[in-house]
Amino acid sequence: MWDYNEKVKEHFLNPRNVGEIKDADAVGEAGSLACGDQLKLMLKVDDKGIITDAKFQTFGCGSAIASASALTELIIGKSMDEVAKISNKDIVDYLGGLPVEKMHCSVMGHEALEAAVNNYYGESPETLEDKKKHVVCECFGVTDQEIISVVRDNKLLTVEDVTHYTKAGGGCMSCHDKIRALIEKVAGEAEKAALPKPETKKLTNLQKVKLIEETFEKEIRPMLRADGGDIELIDIEGSRVTVSLRGMCSSCTSASFTLKKYIEPKLREFVSDDITVEEVKP
Amino acid sequence: MSQNVVYTDNNATTMVAPEVVEAMMPFFSQLYGNASSMHFFGGQIKKHVDEARAKVAALLNADPTEIIFTSCGTESDNAAIRGILAAQPEKRHIITSRVEHPAVKNMFQHLGKNGYRVSEISVDRLGRIDLDELREKLDHETALVSIMWANNETGVIFPIQEIAELVKSRGAAFHTDAVQAAGKVGIDMKKTPVDLLSVSGHKLHAPKGIGVLYLRKGVHCVPFIMGGHQENGRRAGTENVPYIIGLGRACELAHQFMSVEQREVARLRDLLENELTEKAIDATVNGDIEHRLPNTTNISFKYIEGESILMLLSEVGIAASSGSACTSGSLEPSHVLRAMGIPFTRVHGSVRFSLSRYNTEQDIHCIVKHMLRIEKRLRDISPFGRDEIHAH
Repeated sequence: MWDYNEKVKEHFLNPRNVGEIKDADAVGEAGSLACGDQLKLMLKVDDKGIITDAKFQTFGCGSAIASASALTELIIGKSMDEVAKISNKDIVDYLGGLPVEKMHCSVMGHEALEAAVNNYYGESPETLEDKKKHVVCECFGVTDQEIISVVRDNKLLTVEDVTHYTKAGGGCMSCHDKIRALIEKVAGEAEKAALPKPETKKLTNLQKVKLIEETFEKEIRPMLRADGGDIELIDIEGSRVTVSLRGMCSSCTSASFTLKKYIEPKLREFVSDDITVEEVKP
Repeated sequence: MSQNVVYTDNNATTMVAPEVVEAMMPFFSQLYGNASSMHFFGGQIKKHVDEARAKVAALLNADPTEIIFTSCGTESDNAAIRGILAAQPEKRHIITSRVEHPAVKNMFQHLGKNGYRVSEISVDRLGRIDLDELREKLDHETALVSIMWANNETGVIFPIQEIAELVKSRGAAFHTDAVQAAGKVGIDMKKTPVDLLSVSGHKLHAPKGIGVLYLRKGVHCVPFIMGGHQENGRRAGTENVPYIIGLGRACELAHQFMSVEQREVARLRDLLENELTEKAIDATVNGDIEHRLPNTTNISFKYIEGESILMLLSEVGIAASSGSACTSGSLEPSHVLRAMGIPFTRVHGSVRFSLSRYNTEQDIHCIVKHMLRIEKRLRDISPFGRDEIHAH
């Protein structure tokens, strides 16, 4: 069971401002049924640009309902200019915190608000086609702008953080490299703030050979030998490792598969994460 | 908790039967000897362990020598799979289903990354296994097939007799995770040619921390845990005597209550299911209702989300579980319901009620009353399917 605080629980059990505004001046939607949560936010705005009423409908878990409830409480009585500055972090702070895995609920609140603000100023919502072009995470339909904005607002440093906040990368994981690149991009912008970059330790070639041999012995050879094969280290050039497969492996049709799917990942895990492995035929 | 608890999450874990607790107590205090000791003080314990083993064997209609005590269902699954593969290292193909418990699923995934060819057999919309696909996938390299006896989420029972006969006719070993089936439906090892079978104590009113691996006589299986000669050298580690005694007593009770389970628990389950599907705005049952455990129902409430349902049920003291993404701790909803092709609109709102012989008709009425109220309440908040509520 999730560890929700009392305020989150209270907003879940007694959500404020649930319902519909038939003649809303602005409407914003975020999330989708497929992802397991969806929020529709409706606003009534007076001629001075002040939000006089806000209502929501949501399909989602406890923290999604609490986040939507908190959002409406945060924005009623404020001007459209003011609410444009509200971020997902303000929703989290209002609720006194959310479990990290549930941060995406606050992000959904922020996205619905952003959509409503755009709608109010007459900007047409991004079409599905437009959105598709910028999608980074195919599984949950998350775009680069969405990722950049949460990374910036919440000072996120890892792919895991991004997944907690936006769901991006939580499915097939094939977009992790792209997410990492976006995190680095934001970190690059904030260079002046001097974000410490994770240091990759530089190994000398001698250290590398030792580590590679050790990994062969402990992790790789037992598996190859079970199939009557073996492996030998031929050369190292920077991060490029050349090996030769012996015994049964040398004639095995799945050798290149073994190389890329088994040997390379093992060397990346135990030696250095930039290693590529190539085979030379004896 | 001061309020009354209505516990309907028995596929997750069960209450330890009072008779089981009573049977265990002496083995924490006066009867604390080591069953492997040579002296009288330990020796008298061995007799009790043997009795417990016989009771477990009786539930499965197996020979007591085929019963190995382990620490849990997961250990039994891991030991079975690893042990069989280690005994025939030349065979590199393994088969499982797409709806296994993580104890099997993740082990197969791990083996797939480590040189094994893995085939996963699909299920249809009702969660039934595709026997033709299994027939096609079996080849001369197949070392092991592991397919569960009954599914934990939907309760669907697989045709294990047919599967076991098919797998054996092709010369592969067959393991089945019977953690959900044991004690709820009849299992007969004299009739069904299963090689290895896993049981977990805490799913049948014994405590957590005890399990069983059934290993058919004559089947080669390399021990998973090495050490002393306990369990005939097949599973080292000092016998967990109080828990073994408890499991023996629980199996004896399960044997006694089997007909109650199949008649009375099934009646309560059907009552719950019928009431909910008839009276709710949109509730449908997942899985093959013709071949199902007597205690389980998996119901999808359209357009509302499972975690919200569970939290509101919790508020009134009702315990159930859900296949929604938000309750899994990952972002992915139930792999079982997705493998069945259940649409997202229903997966996220799925709730599993799993009963036991300790549930009453009053429990059922309590669940129906609150569940209908909760569905209405969450549908009122939901942006989806608004026309249907008004039409209801």
